[in-house]
Amino acid sequence: MSEHWLGLITGIAFGALLQQGRVLRFEKQVAAMRLEDMTILKFMMSAILVGMVGIHAAVALDLAALSPKATQLGANVLGGILFGLGWAVMGFCPGTSVGAVAEGRWHALFAVLGMMVGAALYAEAYPRLEKTLLAWGNLGKITLPGVLGLSPWAVIPAVAAVFLLCFVFFEKQGL
Amino acid sequence: MKRRIDWRPYIAGALVGVLATVSVVVTTRVLGKTQFLGASTTFVRAAGFVEQAAAPDHVRQNPYFAKEKIKIDWQFMLIAGIFIGALAASILDGSFRLEAVPPIWRERFGDSVALRAAGAFLGGIVAMFGARMADGCPSGHGLSGLMQLSVSGFIALGCFFGAGVLMAAWVYGGKGGRR
Repeated sequence: MSEHWLGLITGIAFGALLQQGRVLRFEKQVAAMRLEDMTILKFMMSAILVGMVGIHAAVALDLAALSPKATQLGANVLGGILFGLGWAVMGFCPGTSVGAVAEGRWHALFAVLGMMVGAALYAEAYPRLEKTLLAWGNLGKITLPGVLGLSPWAVIPAVAAVFLLCFVFFEKQGL
Repeated sequence: MKRRIDWRPYIAGALVGVLATVSVVVTTRVLGKTQFLGASTTFVRAAGFVEQAAAPDHVRQNPYFAKEKIKIDWQFMLIAGIFIGALAASILDGSFRLEAVPPIWRERFGDSVALRAAGAFLGGIVAMFGARMADGCPSGHGLSGLMQLSVSGFIALGCFFGAGVLMAAWVYGGKGGRR
């Protein structure tokens, strides 16, 4: 099967799950940022929990290799903050914006257009950032188990325990 | 004081974890190139296609477009698939609804469709500039990054939410207002 068909089929399943998890909506995204409704975090943390075990198992069985993104402290932090500032006003993230349009929330179309402009502006800024911001605090493709000098199977239960405690907290607080 | 737990986000989320795992294994085997879920690079490529039509030389000389390569790839089709999947699912369960101004926005800024469009557009510019700088969005850094226990994922996701919480409090006002 070709790369394109695999991407499309995976995307259809992903889109249906995002929609059924009700995470495509402006209301859910902004409510999470207002700390009123943690649907988005429940969804993301459940996905991470299962995917973390699944992907590390696949790596252990030699069925795949990890491909973590490089840790660039300056860019991760400043870019992350900029993303959060825009995210609160936009009310969608890149993946969910397209799904939100599909659900009929057509104001997300303006978010999609804005993000294309943002990407184009970044392409213009990139030559100046490459040797400055992007080079600051570049620690390479590091993972938590690597930094701690532990097996991933020692870190996974700890992360899972924290997530499960968060779930209990969310449900107790009715978030 | 018994409240029913809404299992929906947990179940759908867990299934995304299964999907991510299957996708990683299948793309490695079939394509020889491991694909992790992500979204924001596709916006670079989409912008590149549009710009290419207007100013091909300018795009050819840009090192960022050269690095990310303007092409229809796995992730581009993934995004197209998200549209189809969300459309089908929302029609099948009757949750499809046309919406121009969402309730939280209306409460704060009123009914103006133009104002909401401007907010979505400007927010989108800032957010995507940040996502490309951080090298990922809540899918690429948040989901795929944390699934791999990548340090960059934890940092980026923390910054996404931290800044999002502060900005949301400022833009929409703190808690309160019953909905």
